[in-house]
Amino acid sequence: MGKFIRLKKGFDINLAGKAAPKIASIEQPETFAVKPTDFHGIYMPKVVVQEGDNVKAGTVLFHDKKHTDIVFTAPVSGEVVEIKRGEKRKLLEVKILADKSIEYVQFTKHSVSDIANLNREKAQEQMLKSGVWVNLVQRPFGIVADPAEKPKAIFISAFDSNPLGADYNVIFKGQEQFFQVGVDILKKFTSGLVHVNVHSEREISPVFSQVKGVELNKFSGPHPSGCVGVQIHHLDPINKGDVIWTISPAGVIQIGKLFLNGIYDASKVVAVAGSEVKEPQYYQTHSGACVNRFLNNNLKQDHVRVVSGNVLTGTSIGKEGYLGHFDHVITVIPEGDYYEFLGWIKPTANKLSVHRAFGLFSFLNPKKEFVLDSNMRGEPRAFVQTGVFEQVTPMDILPTYLIKSIIAEDYDEMEALGIYEVIEEDLALCEFVDVSKHNVQSILREGIDLMLNS
Amino acid sequence: MKFLRDTLDKVKHDFEKGGKYHKYFYLYEAFDTFNYAPNTVTPASGAQIRDAVDLKRLMMTVVIAMIPCLAFGIYNVGYQHALATGQQLAMGDMIVTGLIKVLPIVIVAYVAGGLVEVVFVVLRKHPLNEGYLVTGMLIPLVMPPDIPLWQVAVASIFSVVIAKEAFGGTGMNILNVALTARAFLYFAYPLQISGEVWTYLPEGATTVAGYSGATPLAVAAQASTDGESVVQAFNSFGSGWANDLYSFSNMFFGFMPGSIGETSALMCLIGAFILVVTGVGSWKIIASVFVGAYGMASFLNLVAVNEFMAMPAHYHLVIGGLAFGAVFMATDPVTAAQTEAGKWVYGLLIGILTVLIRVFNPAYPEGIMLAILFMNVMAPLIDYVVVNANKKRRLRRATI
Repeated sequence: MGKFIRLKKGFDINLAGKAAPKIASIEQPETFAVKPTDFHGIYMPKVVVQEGDNVKAGTVLFHDKKHTDIVFTAPVSGEVVEIKRGEKRKLLEVKILADKSIEYVQFTKHSVSDIANLNREKAQEQMLKSGVWVNLVQRPFGIVADPAEKPKAIFISAFDSNPLGADYNVIFKGQEQFFQVGVDILKKFTSGLVHVNVHSEREISPVFSQVKGVELNKFSGPHPSGCVGVQIHHLDPINKGDVIWTISPAGVIQIGKLFLNGIYDASKVVAVAGSEVKEPQYYQTHSGACVNRFLNNNLKQDHVRVVSGNVLTGTSIGKEGYLGHFDHVITVIPEGDYYEFLGWIKPTANKLSVHRAFGLFSFLNPKKEFVLDSNMRGEPRAFVQTGVFEQVTPMDILPTYLIKSIIAEDYDEMEALGIYEVIEEDLALCEFVDVSKHNVQSILREGIDLMLNS
Repeated sequence: MKFLRDTLDKVKHDFEKGGKYHKYFYLYEAFDTFNYAPNTVTPASGAQIRDAVDLKRLMMTVVIAMIPCLAFGIYNVGYQHALATGQQLAMGDMIVTGLIKVLPIVIVAYVAGGLVEVVFVVLRKHPLNEGYLVTGMLIPLVMPPDIPLWQVAVASIFSVVIAKEAFGGTGMNILNVALTARAFLYFAYPLQISGEVWTYLPEGATTVAGYSGATPLAVAAQASTDGESVVQAFNSFGSGWANDLYSFSNMFFGFMPGSIGETSALMCLIGAFILVVTGVGSWKIIASVFVGAYGMASFLNLVAVNEFMAMPAHYHLVIGGLAFGAVFMATDPVTAAQTEAGKWVYGLLIGILTVLIRVFNPAYPEGIMLAILFMNVMAPLIDYVVVNANKKRRLRRATI
């Protein structure tokens, strides 16, 4: 029997432009890209294809230079058209011009009864070879899971509490069988529990309510209740030396499809949402899709920021950018590069604030859907206001002190204050609410990188 | 307004790196951002949207919360002046008298401290911090109306340089800047900030018969020495020229001599209401200072061996600067305890220490100032204990 955890702290950001629960079909994007920057903890991706090569869905594009068995494979079949590198030849994207119909690399197909008899080694081999392995994220630090590890538990967050988060009832509809098989495979990797966490006040998709062999826990409360790090903290906290793996339901389903159908199936449903989208709704596509097809003739104005992912943890990718591996949402918000006369003191009810400082009236209207842009809303300052980070962090962690210890590069303090328990998304709200406008998430990642390389 | 924006944009390159006034870039920036919220956008990865609050708005909220205290203070300076000199002044005249006294102090505090800020901005190349918006208002409110202006200037400069900029500016300071200014005057120029300075009396002014400028704290200390009930001493004070001057209700409303902004507990409560509702000031600190003071005073009532100890506990909350200190000084987030549990301890100890200093050390009748400064120094220690408890919980979890 699972647990019921009530969370009080946090904040739900209510944005305009929620995706209507219907899946539209449009012509598939021409190009797809795999971005190593979506993953943490990989050492110098080594590209094994060349521009002009033809690949199938599941063909290896690049691998980790240190762990050569961790490979990244093509989501669709087609021709490698560009290997894009940045400064110091850092690999940014491997772009594929997609075929009209997808050809798949064939992996071993299993029947449901075979899967029960499969051992960890065999399962691991197939997961690594096909590229589904990189869906497994290892805590501490949120890095690609190390195949040599034996995690004490595996966590699956089965709801998205982020602003304009995708509705899992829509995007995972009808995937019960694959999810179950995925879970059965995952159970071979841990002697502990596989936790599936749902929200007590949301409709629970049968994908999660019917799955067998897992610990089904309920959470209540505002964002970040859906962040898997917060859930781990309350169910099975990470201490020094512990390893936990996390995986999104999409990853579990992909594993299920790999074993049942024998293919690397990167198809996914994404929400295209945000205040600047004319018709916010869902689309059927594949991982790494170029977002332009979803936005053509679908934007209310031109001066926008296109975000792969949600507005708290996402990445600005531009109108021709590519969907990130872990993202289910493309959010489009207005770009905020304007001056505002006396904007620092003007009373307003249209800007959202957790604070109720003079002239910020958003708290009077909690149901309102806000149109927020990418303006910083102030200048960076030293830490002044206290107690705000704590209000939006439903964990027994002191974010301000953790962030300060990272800035001071004090390894012992970082460890003692709980850096093993958090990654960027868990503290994303701190970045949103910060009066002094620190980039909390990138500071945290710097700290994690320090710990990783120490 | 487009003209202003265009002008700012036109001269911007002069202030940027390589421009002829690049030394003054942060002054330009301060002026620019004071007029226009900047056009900077969030980085490509991470939170794409940000909360509408910033430090400027936060600080202005505190300034707004102080306006009731300032407005009442201006009136009260005129009112006390009229009482002491026995003049029959109309309300308007009292306000004008108050304005003539108070406005120069406010202006001098802002200009003197502000100039120091500007010098440091240019020398140390850091952005102009908004903290002085609050400090520049706090300093006049804790000054006696008769304070010489040059002392206000010296105190402001001293406190900004020593208490703030020496540590690196707003956010880095250990001591409350405004209280440092007051403490500086208290120890450097005790004549002008203690004794009977709390009523505006121009040189050569004639006072009414029986006039005394003693503050409630002084009256209480004196009553205690004389072995007379403090409440009786309060009630009989001012008889003949200002009946009921020190009655409880009069002191609660603030119609008594004292620092410009400190006398009215009611106005401080209005300020507290604004700070708490807006979430800018910590309600935990405000409440715990009052609880600490009331609790300590009640305890002293129980074990009273002299009349000051026997003074009813609620009197402590309305005399002196306790209410003002609790609401505006103790809540300074930079110098207060920064952990939520620590805020309770910090506030309680301020309240307790204030009463202890008042009752047992009449040489420093205003206990709240010293109590807050002392607890400013102790706040990191309180936080250290709270943070350590958090670390220990994490360690203990690992060993189970």
